[in-house]
Amino acid sequence: MDELPIKSGDDVVRVRQCVRTAAAGSGLSLVDQTKVVTAASELARNALIHGGGGLAQVEVTASANGRPGVRVTFSDSGPGIPDVDVAMTDGWTTGSGLGLGLSGARRLVDDFELTSEPGSGTTIVVCKWSR
Amino acid sequence: MERVPIMKIGQILFVSIQIDLQDDTVLQLQEDLAEKLAASKARGVIIDITAVEIVDSFIGRMLTMIGSISKLFDADTVLVGMRPAVAITLTELGLTLSGVRTALNTEKGLRLLGGSV
Repeated sequence: MDELPIKSGDDVVRVRQCVRTAAAGSGLSLVDQTKVVTAASELARNALIHGGGGLAQVEVTASANGRPGVRVTFSDSGPGIPDVDVAMTDGWTTGSGLGLGLSGARRLVDDFELTSEPGSGTTIVVCKWSR
Repeated sequence: MERVPIMKIGQILFVSIQIDLQDDTVLQLQEDLAEKLAASKARGVIIDITAVEIVDSFIGRMLTMIGSISKLFDADTVLVGMRPAVAITLTELGLTLSGVRTALNTEKGLRLLGGSV
């Protein structure tokens, strides 16, 4: 498993590259690689901007039914998300963006698990499995 | 931070993105392009993304904005060379890049902008 800090824009690029390598190594198709790397880019940026920085853990693994794939865990100790259901809708944004980051990232992966407590940070686990 | 070079070829500003884009690089490109547009009186911008492996919502929004900014300088923007995997991902992400014209390659992009360089 690779652990990468997310403290700058360059770190976001490094997370993308690490997820790309893991996704290619786990046998994902080019389209699925691109989807999971794009999702990782959104979530790494969120951790940086909204979480005040964080950590990405990237691992090659397998799903419950044995399909190889990649799992990426993003964690930050930022302010957390007060209403997760609202935050997951298209167009919801705290900043000047389009509000597609979180909802879009969920559409691009197979498994998406978000845990957040106001005041104690956010953890998001995403998985993409080969077909 | 790396910088994306802008080349002026005739009336066209040509941008070929060959690096892994980080957010500040895209913002810088936006500024550089606006300045070049104001100074050069170019009437078209071609952005070649053949080498770009992912376009996420931030990069996509910036590309759309570059199109809008160019319009204010009376120039059209054409995005060329998008990879199939990027097109599929962008659509699923929910980004339409509205307002930016696209072409399969630079040659077709040039033709869209009104012919020869």
